[in-house]
Amino acid sequence: MVVSRSDGLVVAEQLMEGIKGSAVAALASSLAGRLQRAMVSAGLGSSQFWHLQCDQGALLVVPAGAEAGLLLVAVTEADVNVGLVRLELLRAAETAG
Amino acid sequence: MTIRAVETWTLEPLTTYVSEAGARLVLLMTPAGQVLAQSGFSRAVDVMAASALGAAIVASTSELARLMSQPPFAGLSHQGQRNGIFLSAFATDRGPLVVLVVYELDASSLGLVQLFLEQLVADLRAASPKTGVPKQVLAADFERELNDSLNSLFGR
Repeated sequence: MVVSRSDGLVVAEQLMEGIKGSAVAALASSLAGRLQRAMVSAGLGSSQFWHLQCDQGALLVVPAGAEAGLLLVAVTEADVNVGLVRLELLRAAETAG
Repeated sequence: MTIRAVETWTLEPLTTYVSEAGARLVLLMTPAGQVLAQSGFSRAVDVMAASALGAAIVASTSELARLMSQPPFAGLSHQGQRNGIFLSAFATDRGPLVVLVVYELDASSLGLVQLFLEQLVADLRAASPKTGVPKQVLAADFERELNDSLNSLFGR
């Protein structure tokens, strides 16, 4: 899904049944803001890719768009090929930028 | 964050909402501007102004919707450089209510405010008392009731 980073709203989505896109978008953008502040405070610069692994799946996020105004968010199964998803997300982010 | 309520059944849902949505100011009121609860306001004059202005916005947008033969707007958002304002009206057993939310863009977002608003509305609907016989408000009582409400809202 594509999420507006500043307001946490869904720009575009293609989701499996049972996933509440608006909730994922709002919470992912909130997390993005906090992680960004943590990384800047730690002197690490801007974030490029996050991978949150959970019991039953994972959340993968890549900033995209002009001045990273968007987030590309992927919700995956637990056994997904993370490397491949990461590559595709980064490619999509380049296209969006 | 200080949360005060004239009608105590609103207190728990509002406390949860403020904490989860990261809202800076919240005002829960009737469409007529009668305040049921507030969070974050420190001066009575600010509550009176915000409730009057919020009620006026709901009235004017409802009338615009009526002119367009549409149902009333579910929500109204205004985003500035550092703060955002969200206004929404919804029905409960207590009658129609309006919530006015002010949030800082550094601490929250429109998405979070809207997301947790769904839960706030559900919690308020579950907690709201059934509508009784409407009490007749006399002009002589109005100022006393207003002062009583403001005293409750600021813990005096």
